[in-house]
Amino acid sequence: MKHLGKTLALAAGISLAAGAGTLAVSSDAAATWKPKKPVEFVIMAGKGGGADRLARFIQGIIKKNKLAALPLVPINKGGGSGAEALRYLKDKQGDPHVIMATLNSYYTTPLRNPGLGVDISKFTPIARLAEDTFQLWVHSDTKIMSVKDYVAAVKKAGPKNWKMGGTGKGQEDSLVTAMLEGAYGIKVTYVPFKGGGTVAKQLIGKHINSTVNNPSEQIGFWKAGKSRALATFTPDRLKAFPDVPTFAELGQNLAYFMQRSVVAPGGIPADAEAYYVDLFDKVYKSADWQNYLTSKGLLPGWLTGKSLQDYFVKEREAHRKLLMSMGEIK
Amino acid sequence: MEILGLLLEGFAVALEPINLALIVAGCIAGLFIGAMPGLGSVNGVAILLPMTFLVPPTSAIIFLGSLYYGAMYGGAISSIMLGIPGASTAVATTFDGRPMALQGKADRALVAAATASFVGGTISVVLFTLFAPPLADFALAFGPPEEFALLLLAFATFIGLGGDDIPKTFFSIFIGLMFSAVGLDIVSGNPRLIFFDLPGFYHGINFLVLAIGIYGIGEILWTVETTRGEMVVSRAAVTIRGVVRALADLRHNIRSMLMGSFLGYFVGILPAAGATPGSLMAYGVARTMSKNPETYGKGNVDGVVAPESANNAASTGSMLPMLTLGIPGSPTTAILLGGMVIWGLEPGPLLFIEHKEFVWGLIASLYAANLFALLINIAFIPAFLMVLRMPFTILAPVIFILCVVGGYAPTQDMHDVWLMLIFGVMGYLLRKLDYPLAPAVLAIVLGPLAEASVRQSLIMAHGSFGIFFERPISAIIMAIAIGLFAWPLFIAIRRRLSPGNAD
Repeated sequence: MKHLGKTLALAAGISLAAGAGTLAVSSDAAATWKPKKPVEFVIMAGKGGGADRLARFIQGIIKKNKLAALPLVPINKGGGSGAEALRYLKDKQGDPHVIMATLNSYYTTPLRNPGLGVDISKFTPIARLAEDTFQLWVHSDTKIMSVKDYVAAVKKAGPKNWKMGGTGKGQEDSLVTAMLEGAYGIKVTYVPFKGGGTVAKQLIGKHINSTVNNPSEQIGFWKAGKSRALATFTPDRLKAFPDVPTFAELGQNLAYFMQRSVVAPGGIPADAEAYYVDLFDKVYKSADWQNYLTSKGLLPGWLTGKSLQDYFVKEREAHRKLLMSMGEIK
Repeated sequence: MEILGLLLEGFAVALEPINLALIVAGCIAGLFIGAMPGLGSVNGVAILLPMTFLVPPTSAIIFLGSLYYGAMYGGAISSIMLGIPGASTAVATTFDGRPMALQGKADRALVAAATASFVGGTISVVLFTLFAPPLADFALAFGPPEEFALLLLAFATFIGLGGDDIPKTFFSIFIGLMFSAVGLDIVSGNPRLIFFDLPGFYHGINFLVLAIGIYGIGEILWTVETTRGEMVVSRAAVTIRGVVRALADLRHNIRSMLMGSFLGYFVGILPAAGATPGSLMAYGVARTMSKNPETYGKGNVDGVVAPESANNAASTGSMLPMLTLGIPGSPTTAILLGGMVIWGLEPGPLLFIEHKEFVWGLIASLYAANLFALLINIAFIPAFLMVLRMPFTILAPVIFILCVVGGYAPTQDMHDVWLMLIFGVMGYLLRKLDYPLAPAVLAIVLGPLAEASVRQSLIMAHGSFGIFFERPISAIIMAIAIGLFAWPLFIAIRRRLSPGNAD
């Protein structure tokens, strides 16, 4: 009898322990949401462009370092400077299995297409992973060594003969060009190309006179001595380009950044948001990412949560003013 | 001789057991990915890229390069056997490959496609080996005016494509150009031709949707009508003797093969072009050069050989700007470029100096990949021919499903599937009315490229068309293109003016 009681007590103890165990596991699961199927990673640009390459690089880091159990599946929705992607994200309200990589068309596209009905402040901010920078580039065969030479050369050539290459009108390159024109009182002929890589090639082939490429788009040519960076559109010099001055040093307060962030649809569960913030925190801290930032002239810029949303809203207003001054929107 | 030494070192890398195994695996995977409508080398490389972290970068690029090659071979298979372009690069192969299959000459078409791919691939790799740096400089000399002149030349070669009925050809080209203008204007970013305000039109009309609609769905409708329920589509049998004879017969097509190889390679080098325009242009040029242009579109072997040699040559060609300039020459190399960044390699002028082993290992592996793809492809021909012996009542639904998948896959949007079905019916009706359809497909592929380059040129020149004639390369190509445009018109006018000539 005594024996039986002992067994019973033991059995009860086991079941209790097991129960507690189950309880612990389930509460744990509630706290750490995990995707139940592969996550769609929407890219606001077509295949092969800078944004696409970066997004696939992020996917590669996650895969290589095994940061997620289920894969991210990149999907390009580049139509309408990202209008297609933004609309898609809006329609996916509340779906935690969709995230999107952004660039600055995240602000400009909804501003230019009010009919799209997209309000980016309704989306869930996940993380800002970097800020890409811009530089003023010329071919290394020219005698233009400084911004001063550049301004003189543009004025001498006249607005009709000085060709500035860049991405589509109303996109980042054209905004930077407009800022440059305004600051130095110059006028250029802006020739739009499909992507930053093509723009870089046109400069090396001497079909255009200058560009405002991202460092990552020119760095290969620059290292081979084919192109020259005159100045950087940042407050501080870039580590990858220690000898290139900033416009701030040259007395013009010209700075422009392209944010590289990840957002999710609005109304997703808080623990799903926490899961993604944690995932991209790991991406951000990975050696691959940090090396990429330094070697390609991007600035680290981790932001998340409310401060990221505030940043987005602030930038949207800045872009509204910029586009209005260019006459792109009313 | 320095090159030879480097190449030999490259072969030492490419023939390591793991790399050799990856070449074979890549070729087979590519063959099937290329043969599946809707899945092309772009998708294949994108899907398999993350897998390549398991091996060193050189092995990874060897695998993906072989896959790219295999897909170029594979694309021809469904174009010939099913009349659905297996990949965008194989659209031109349907023009004559499909008629050959219907005439019971599928085995000859497949052998011709495989051999032409091999020749195109090999010639282009030799060119790559010998002249990579100067050719990269030449690619840089192509600015917007030169690109436009080249595209105009491509259109010119297609004027005669619809037979003698030039007005119908023009109509077909204009239909294609109109569809190519749908979507967002590249210069202003404003939406254009968004029919019924459907959001699906914002990303433009993917030309595969048009091609699969016209050739896949249109083909089913056409076959249903013409065979009236006859069960077997084609009675092709394969024998070793047949394959040998088919190979021997190809000696008549060497000229088209060489032309396709050089043209394809050259077009592949130019950034933003790639294998699809390359193969279409080769088809047009082959037809223009031919003594019997009227046999094209009705099962001319040259019509298979030219685009197939060109698309393989272009796929090698498009690796050149990727490696030397860091600019992809095709959508697939764009993804490869992304891979190189992850592997820690910096594409650009210094790659040939800093990562010799990588570059030459890749080049050597392309020689090997070509050979394996040819052997594997020919070995699989009997299996492919089995497909054709299926009764049409089974084959038609299979083709239909493949068309739907192929229409859905590129954008994952049902909008495109509906569009494809509409194009299918439209293509069938146009075909009944004897309108040539190939020019429409050409126009939707080349239209956006031509539009971008002409507008960029005119912005550069502030609206003056003189820019096309002031620059030497552009002026020469423009002169040839205008000559080609004028020639069939001249012939037509002369024929109409001379009395007593009734045809």
